[in-house]
Amino acid sequence: MTRTTRKERNAFYARTWGGKNRHYDIFKEGAIALTITSILVVALSALFSSPDDPSLTFKGWAQSAPDNFYATAVQQLAGTSGTATYGPPYNDGDGVSVGALTLQKWGGVTHPVDSVNDLVITPLSSQVEPSNVTSALKTWNAAAPDQQTTWATAYDEAVQATADDNGDLHLDAVATGDYGPVPDLATGLLSMANSGAYDNAMTAQGQFFQTDQTKQLLMMGDGSHMDGIATDKTLQGNTWGMMNEAGSWPGQIWLAFWSVWYQLPAFNNADGGTLTDNADAIIFFILMGLILIFILVPWIPGIRDLPRWIPLHRLVWKDYYKKYGRFTS
Amino acid sequence: MNLLGIDLNQPATYKDIWEWVSVSMPNLIVIIIMVALFVAALLLPFPKGKDES
Amino acid sequence: MSTDTTPSAAPVSIDDFEPTTWTGSVRKKWITTLPPEKMLPENQPAYVASWIYVFGMLTITALIVVIASGCILTIGGIQWFHESSTGHFVNSLHFWSVQLFFLFMIVHLWGKFWMAAWRGNRGLTWATGAICFMAALATAFTGYTITTNFNAQWIAFESKDVMNAVGLGSWINVTNLGQMVGMHVVLLPLAVVAVVAMHVLLVRKHGVVPPIDALDPEAAVTASAAPSHSVDARTADTGEAATGSGSDVATTLEVSS
Repeated sequence: MTRTTRKERNAFYARTWGGKNRHYDIFKEGAIALTITSILVVALSALFSSPDDPSLTFKGWAQSAPDNFYATAVQQLAGTSGTATYGPPYNDGDGVSVGALTLQKWGGVTHPVDSVNDLVITPLSSQVEPSNVTSALKTWNAAAPDQQTTWATAYDEAVQATADDNGDLHLDAVATGDYGPVPDLATGLLSMANSGAYDNAMTAQGQFFQTDQTKQLLMMGDGSHMDGIATDKTLQGNTWGMMNEAGSWPGQIWLAFWSVWYQLPAFNNADGGTLTDNADAIIFFILMGLILIFILVPWIPGIRDLPRWIPLHRLVWKDYYKKYGRFTS
Repeated sequence: MNLLGIDLNQPATYKDIWEWVSVSMPNLIVIIIMVALFVAALLLPFPKGKDES
Repeated sequence: MSTDTTPSAAPVSIDDFEPTTWTGSVRKKWITTLPPEKMLPENQPAYVASWIYVFGMLTITALIVVIASGCILTIGGIQWFHESSTGHFVNSLHFWSVQLFFLFMIVHLWGKFWMAAWRGNRGLTWATGAICFMAALATAFTGYTITTNFNAQWIAFESKDVMNAVGLGSWINVTNLGQMVGMHVVLLPLAVVAVVAMHVLLVRKHGVVPPIDALDPEAAVTASAAPSHSVDARTADTGEAATGSGSDVATTLEVSS
């Protein structure tokens, strides 16, 4: 099509329609549509209900996987947990980067989380404890930071060293060594979890009104309990988890264009992908690019020409073309 | 509240389409319905209106 | 302003109206751009005759049900649906209306794409529609973080990594229930409704786009002896979203019967 013709055609499309009209009641159509939609929603709700898997608790974790909870407590003290090594916005560190773009660091530490105190020491100190835990706390608090790190790191390594081929820990086989008060602190935390007191302490965090679950979720995510359940429910990122839903309900299919990238081998942990560390950042930028393209479709040659190349529109307007003609060569 | 006792509170079955495409049955059903509605909208005749000029 | 006390004359037509106030200027702009007959017409162009056209309306009706069920959920509070079967039913209404909302919106999007509905300076209509989709996506996402169940725990935990990786986690803390409730119930729905309103008003302003290759009903049709325009089937006339101020040329057309 010549440029002049394209301009003429566009001017025609832009003009107020001066051709044939038909009687059309938009509000009536809306009322009918609202009725249909409402009936559908009520029917679907009555037939299928909606998902509501109960939230996980630390009590549940401690009861189903006590060794894992114990080991996670040790990791918090040693500073080797996911939370402790996360970086901004929780603590200092580099975080992930995409080339020279270190956006995670640029965000700053705006939600500080101290894995040692926030997740272990403070909750333990918030209630009356058995005497061994009380004296362990006293010893810990009196020690220099370097000494604390030495104890905790040594014990963390010793605990992790008991892992068998399946990855299961054997806490009864931890080598003897100088671990200071760390074993008693971990035992104390496990008891708190078993009784539900850890849930209470982490929910309130010493305040009356507390609506920020960041610390609890970070602790919960550091262990294998929540992670394992998510894997069972096919909710991991590399199994289309972004799109899936618990049970047999439909999930978020509208996230397909985001979820798909996590399946690619390059981003996929399971396949040892090379980009898995900063997959989230890279994929975010890919998505921003796709969204920009999506918004700018009318101005992108090629994409905006697809409707002409694949003329599905002829089905939409076939009666109109038959009655009133079509611009042809 | 579950009128007909259809309980969706159990693990979904998954359909593997290609090597790395695994879609849950409920999601697949929703996608099929979307495509079917789109095709039907294009093909089904629309009531003729009263033409005015 | 005159102090004339004679009864006021017949209302001035909007074209002759000369505003002297901000209010008057808004009135003139509004009524000129969206006169009542454009806002609330009793007819549509004859080519609006396909079921594909109802999906925009269906999407809006689903949004109405989403908002209505959401309002009832706010009355019950975010824990209500765990404790009450009525609450759970309302939660189901909210869940399924969201599913239908996205389902209808995607079919609407497919239709509008294949109809190249951005033609005739309607690029902004398309763009606002795309932004609607994104705003809805963000709203739905925050909704999932406030269900106070396993889903909320897992989704918040996973998605914080995306936000943190690009520095957004400093402002938008998806693991902060208090923040997410406010965003999901107030901020983001306001954004969605605002963009949807813009989108719908743009459709009303420009009218429904004529079919690709529709004949111009106001052009003079000459005898078939005159040379016809050749249209390369692969060169779209689907592209011009920029302002085209082409002249009102009487194009020479062949009418296919």
